[in-house]
Amino acid sequence: MVATTAIDIVRTADGVPLRYKLRRVERTQRLRAMGLVAPLFLFIVVTFILPISFLLFRSVSDPEVATHLPRTILALRSWTTADLPGEAVYAAFAADLKETQKNKTTGIVAKRINFEVAGALSRFKAAGRAAEGMRTGPFKEGFVKLDPMWADPMLWKIVQRAGEPYTDYYYFAALDRKRDFEGRIGWVGEKQAVYVDVFWRTFGIASIVTLATFLLGFPVAYLLATLPVRHSNLLMILVLLPFWTSLLVRTTAWYVLLLDNGVVNDTLRFLGLIDEPLKLIFSRFSTIVAMTHIQLPFTLLPIYSVMKTISPSHVRAARSLGAGPFYAFWRVYFPQTIPGIAAGCLLTFILSLGYYITPALVGGPADQMTSYYVAYFINSIINWGQASALGAILLVATGVLYFAYNRLIGVENMKLG
Amino acid sequence: MTRILGPAGLLMAGMAAMFLPGATPATADSLIIVSWGGAYQDSQRESYFKPFAKETSIEIVEEEYDGELAKVKAQIEANDISWDVIDVDARRALFGCDEGLLEVLDWGKIGQPREKFVEGSTMDCAIATISYTTIFAYDANVYKENPPTTLEDFFDLQKYPGKRGLYKDPFGNLEWALMADGVPYEEVYKLLSTPDGVDRAFKKLDTIKSQVVWWEAGAQAPQLLSDGQVVMTSAWNGRIYNAVKKEGKNFKIVWDRQQLDYDYWVIPKGTPDIENAYKFIAYAARPDVMANQTKYISYGPTHADAVPYVQPDVVIHLPTAPENMKTVAPIDAQYWADNTGALKERFNAWLAQ
Repeated sequence: MVATTAIDIVRTADGVPLRYKLRRVERTQRLRAMGLVAPLFLFIVVTFILPISFLLFRSVSDPEVATHLPRTILALRSWTTADLPGEAVYAAFAADLKETQKNKTTGIVAKRINFEVAGALSRFKAAGRAAEGMRTGPFKEGFVKLDPMWADPMLWKIVQRAGEPYTDYYYFAALDRKRDFEGRIGWVGEKQAVYVDVFWRTFGIASIVTLATFLLGFPVAYLLATLPVRHSNLLMILVLLPFWTSLLVRTTAWYVLLLDNGVVNDTLRFLGLIDEPLKLIFSRFSTIVAMTHIQLPFTLLPIYSVMKTISPSHVRAARSLGAGPFYAFWRVYFPQTIPGIAAGCLLTFILSLGYYITPALVGGPADQMTSYYVAYFINSIINWGQASALGAILLVATGVLYFAYNRLIGVENMKLG
Repeated sequence: MTRILGPAGLLMAGMAAMFLPGATPATADSLIIVSWGGAYQDSQRESYFKPFAKETSIEIVEEEYDGELAKVKAQIEANDISWDVIDVDARRALFGCDEGLLEVLDWGKIGQPREKFVEGSTMDCAIATISYTTIFAYDANVYKENPPTTLEDFFDLQKYPGKRGLYKDPFGNLEWALMADGVPYEEVYKLLSTPDGVDRAFKKLDTIKSQVVWWEAGAQAPQLLSDGQVVMTSAWNGRIYNAVKKEGKNFKIVWDRQQLDYDYWVIPKGTPDIENAYKFIAYAARPDVMANQTKYISYGPTHADAVPYVQPDVVIHLPTAPENMKTVAPIDAQYWADNTGALKERFNAWLAQ
């Protein structure tokens, strides 16, 4: 119980308690800080957070079927059995198709169903053309005779589910899963399963690249930090020049180096070390080498910055107290560099997760990372829901790893210099 | 010096810079035309864009793409269409039309009768520009004697060991796989419409998969051959022609089972510059203009009246030359318009294994 008597309260020159004055000043400082950050914050919200949120929303949004097949979805509400839907559903479907044919929107619905049912696109469009000629019933017979696909209850289940405004289809597909008729979740099978492997691959490559940049970068950072300034500046330029060179230029340089008739293979053959060219390009090796080269400054520079702040007298003191050189390094020097290592490695790891161009240019088909598939779905297939779901899973996984990392190392313990 | 560089001086300098030539903003009379880049776009620049700009003083701004119609879709959804004319291949023309991404063309504005165009190459949303074909080529310096001559040779790793280049898409590759597996061309697309047929095609591709280098942009195919990265590669014939003519490479084309296809001009739906877009398409559809393109690349014109205008020395290199049409295996664009999505996913999964 703190008793604050009139004598105990510290006051400023004009009699106001220091506490209040302090709070007011701190508030002003905080407001000023917020004012300085506000433009950047707004910029990031408008150009970064909002667009990404809209795009992520597409991973659950499922408007195509609900918008263009309204009568069918309404009629399907009363379908609860495991047999085919009744005549009313087919009649509604015919009516909807007549409308979509008129508006040229059949393709949009057909494409959405085609995501889940391979080959449905052309058959849906054929049904659309046929529906234009269907004056009267029986519609069920008409559709079934046209194409056995319309006699498959699973197809109608998929249409029914796609009629919901929101869907989990894209997320399950991104994890190589799908729902069966009863709604149970199962594996898509070996022929279709791709993405779980891709995620493992993405995190695997990023981890290897991070480790490689650490093993290569730490000694160089140590050298740069301990050399006299004149020499270290010169060597620093050798680190920074590639860093300032465009990523695309560096990746293409690796392409030229690693070709079967490229510089590396030609040199090795000239030296007589090999007869046949080594398969270097379009492989995991070339991907990791190129990525390590590009990411090296990102790991190296934070470590260097932190090392620069470590006074050499610490190690000298340890040695003078009898520690061997390695012991002094390991127990006195290295722990002080951990904040820099943590910062550099985290930076490299997260950047590596998002790599697209480098694996695309120097990697083989089995080395493509998640971003390649995101781009593939956005550009080639035009399935933005799937692209968005893949991206969202990568984002969440990265977030989870970041928090785990934070628990182990602590964000406050990371320093960039 | 500091007086000139004072605030007023800087302001004047800034304003002057704005009016410097070269910093022209998009004027009302400019068209953005999108094509496939590389030698093909170079030929279009010389035969269409430059003469058109000179004749009509409509500025042509070029862009490149690798067939991503998604960008058109994005523009239409954002209601901000910047692309005015796009060069697409047949399957994308069909697909884009079905999806409502392209304007239905008013053939009256184009001024050429539809019947004059090569059979099977006119559509509601698209007008044909060139015939191109997918062939495979090899470096004659590598195969001085006993070169590959048939499609089966491409798949024969014993007789012709080494890496091959293939287009990173099931398009064309599945048909070739079936034909190399002994299926006659007439049955290929029927077979590919069945799951067994597709399985068979992938199984045949499996036999060479480990030796394949996949290319995605037209210019990559001759580049791979030139780098010696592959011993033979599939390619669009005009790109190989360009490598031989302009870069002096000793490449030879094998025309066996060449996969004839067409490219089209299309207009994205809702483009604000539609009148100028029609002017360009009408210009490009003129038979004499179309034939002019053969001066720069060996793709054939699709207008029947253009044939007499074609340069005689290019005629033998065109996909439609009688010598080259002996075992032609034309692409069924409707099949690909319908099945690209599903087959591409299967292809991707197969690639990743």
